[in-house]
Amino acid sequence: MAALINVPAKAKRGDIIEIRTLTSHIMETGFRHTMDGALVPRDIITSFTCRYNGAEIFRADLFPAVAANPYLSFFTVAKESGKLEFEWIGDNGYSSAASASITVE
Amino acid sequence: MQTTRRKFLSFAGGVTVAGTIPIVTLRPVEATPAMLNTAIRNVVGEAPIRVGKIKLDIPPLVENGNTVPMTVNVASPMTADDYVKSIHVFNEKNPQPNIGNFYLNPSSGRAQISTRIRLADTQKVVAIARLSDDSFWQVTAEIVVTLAACTEEVN
Repeated sequence: MAALINVPAKAKRGDIIEIRTLTSHIMETGFRHTMDGALVPRDIITSFTCRYNGAEIFRADLFPAVAANPYLSFFTVAKESGKLEFEWIGDNGYSSAASASITVE
Repeated sequence: MQTTRRKFLSFAGGVTVAGTIPIVTLRPVEATPAMLNTAIRNVVGEAPIRVGKIKLDIPPLVENGNTVPMTVNVASPMTADDYVKSIHVFNEKNPQPNIGNFYLNPSSGRAQISTRIRLADTQKVVAIARLSDDSFWQVTAEIVVTLAACTEEVN
């Protein structure tokens, strides 16, 4: 699925960098009804994980109170060049992944 | 001890939130302050919660509760022996009291997260930080919502 990742391409060793992620997902709460009264089943992303060269640096549990197309921003210390991997897991076997690379000088 | 209807409902609400017994379908339309309390105690346990260190940046008046930007910041040096372990955000009146749990570590560098949330009504939002010494710090914000989220009809 489509995801927007914002990671600085280059950073100095030891810099604190901001990572911003946005993914497209309906985040159906499971509390809404259709016009004829049927409950719309829940369909949300429940978990987000970010790994930096394999090590987990940030994790989040999401609930229906997170807006559609979940946006998350967090920080990390730029330690070494490499790859940041992002993973979203949700209801009905939903899973999507993205990655970004960073050069640390 | 006699089981009153109120006690039973608050227990059922807590169980539903924890998700341990999904068979319990009794669920009030809105998270009552009791449910908020239960959700907070599920995370914090019996530990005392102090006020301070944590900042919740959220608009005091929102027109559209479907997407409310929110930033939580904790004053912490983020070193190996003094860092923020996790940030938990709760609401008072959505159908469910939880908003999100965010797990950090010393390599986060800065204890700050942002996201966008839904608010079903004018209500309180509570953010709680757990530090590496297992102390808990909280902040509360009141938000006025003019267009509610979550429970409207699907067209």
